[in-house]
Amino acid sequence: MSHRLPAAETLQPASFAFSEENLAKARQVIARYPEGRQASAVMPLLDLAQRQHDGWLPRAAMDHVAGILDMPPIRVYEVATFYNMYNLAPVGRHLVQVCTTTPCWLRGSDEIVAACRKRLGIDLGETTADGQFTLVQVECLGACVNAPMMQIGDDYYEDLDPASTVAVLDALAQGETPRPGSQSGRHSSEPAGGPTTLKDFTTEDA
Amino acid sequence: MLRDDDRIFTNLYGYQHWGLEAARKRGDWDNTKALMQKGQDEIVEEIKKSGLRGRGGAGFPTGLKWSFMPKQSDGRPSYLVVNADEGEPGTCKDRDMMRHDPHKLVEGCLLAGFAMRAVAAYIYIRGEFHREGNVLEAAIAEAYEAGLIGRNACGSGYDFDIYLHRGAGAYICGEEMALIESLEGKKGQPRLKPPFPAGVGVWGCPTTVNNVESIAVVPAILRRGAEWFAGLGRENNTGTKVFCISGHVERPCNVEEEMGIPLKELIEKHAGGVRGGWDNLQAVIPGGASVPLVPKSICDTVLMDFDSLRAVKSGLGTAAVIVMDKSADVVKAIARLSEFYKHESCGQCTPCREGTGWMWRVMERLVRGEADVAEIDMLLDVTYQVEGHTICALGDAAAWPIQGLIRHFRPELERRILERKQAAA
Repeated sequence: MSHRLPAAETLQPASFAFSEENLAKARQVIARYPEGRQASAVMPLLDLAQRQHDGWLPRAAMDHVAGILDMPPIRVYEVATFYNMYNLAPVGRHLVQVCTTTPCWLRGSDEIVAACRKRLGIDLGETTADGQFTLVQVECLGACVNAPMMQIGDDYYEDLDPASTVAVLDALAQGETPRPGSQSGRHSSEPAGGPTTLKDFTTEDA
Repeated sequence: MLRDDDRIFTNLYGYQHWGLEAARKRGDWDNTKALMQKGQDEIVEEIKKSGLRGRGGAGFPTGLKWSFMPKQSDGRPSYLVVNADEGEPGTCKDRDMMRHDPHKLVEGCLLAGFAMRAVAAYIYIRGEFHREGNVLEAAIAEAYEAGLIGRNACGSGYDFDIYLHRGAGAYICGEEMALIESLEGKKGQPRLKPPFPAGVGVWGCPTTVNNVESIAVVPAILRRGAEWFAGLGRENNTGTKVFCISGHVERPCNVEEEMGIPLKELIEKHAGGVRGGWDNLQAVIPGGASVPLVPKSICDTVLMDFDSLRAVKSGLGTAAVIVMDKSADVVKAIARLSEFYKHESCGQCTPCREGTGWMWRVMERLVRGEADVAEIDMLLDVTYQVEGHTICALGDAAAWPIQGLIRHFRPELERRILERKQAAA
């Protein structure tokens, strides 16, 4: 298991509150669950808080969510520290997560990590001085037939090689949004060069 | 090879639009009301007759699982929970179904939920699948808008809701009891069974947890008939299956094929063959990270189904085929999986929490040959102490890849140890 602790006191903001827009969203989320089962909304609400708070979750946000859901704060801390997608300390504007589990490793994820380290000038677990990029290694992201791959923010970049990895990072550094998905020209998960099945289904018309 | 006519996921690759209009042209939502009019028990019978076995890894008969749900409510509502927490290394099939063909899953939720007398379905999707979740959410909204779900779904008189619930990064939540805990807003730590979910599941209510693929094939089975599905594959291993072929092949891909297709044919027909040719094959993990690998000699002839792979002491699992050619460091490949299980253990049971770390550390030494030959058997012994001694199957899943490695590659482990000893001497 991984050991995850909240950020140091010096980094913790004094308070956190949902924006009016996010509070409305939170109410919608809570309504998805049966009455009295509002604790089920804790994960989506923590995600909402993290998105509002520059991509990381301060303890004040956990307390705020606990208040809204009428949960003991410790129950919310347990959830926030258990799940890997909650960042408990500040991260760069772009969170670069390179998958290195066996299917990606077999197809060269070591080279992708090396390309990221070189391009960004940081090691795994570090953030660039300008606060633009944080680089981490993650476990299987479930895009194994498009390995190697990385997730940046909400997007998957697949079929990477060192050059295309650097190109994606370059584009982000320049404020552009590189096109997610396969970086080698594949449509999605079909065999490279075109599908071996369903050839009548490769046009837009259904 | 499976004919295109028999393929269920005709938009697996997403060349066409995922939306309702295109989905209807592909045959989804075609008079769903008539399917519901077969009646709840008849639907369960059809699924039983089709021979459908769960597509999430364990292969439990789907219709039988549904039949455990109460036919008369004792006041508690029943729920269908769809396990879309796809994270078994090597596996990426549910992702394609959700981002490219989501209406098959949405329609399947209604039919399955109706059959088991559920009031709602919760689809638990892994948090990393953010874009896929957005597509699925939009498909659910389209279905509500068109009156296909919600009040009087499809004009059937049955009310049924579907909700999306996003995870936040924990492999263990793919285990059904951990998933239920997580859906209740807790840490994803598995519960002891019994009670089984059909008795006491989410929020203390009767619940069935099914994999995405198991549910998404239901409309096709009900439309085309149980005999059609049962006529594909072989007895006790029926139907079609989406395979994920990754690793050292020329063209990695997802593909829907007939259950029981020979592994060699699967790789050569769809993935362009093993890199460097079939004779360059070293080993294959045939069903996702949790199943033991099989060496080339077995790959030459083995069929891709539950019983065939079980007979060679491996498993179909999620049908994620991870291929390693002769250039692969097979010990390192398995050690990396040990690291994965160490990272993903929820920490609840001592044999798993301590054992996964212990096994990983020994595996890392074995990669470099920094060990005693006797330690191979000690490691094997520890895998048996972890296996079967934990609440959920993660402990087993951590043990099996190592057992497979020792079973088939013991000489390679010994060679590394002896070479290192000789170099030191």
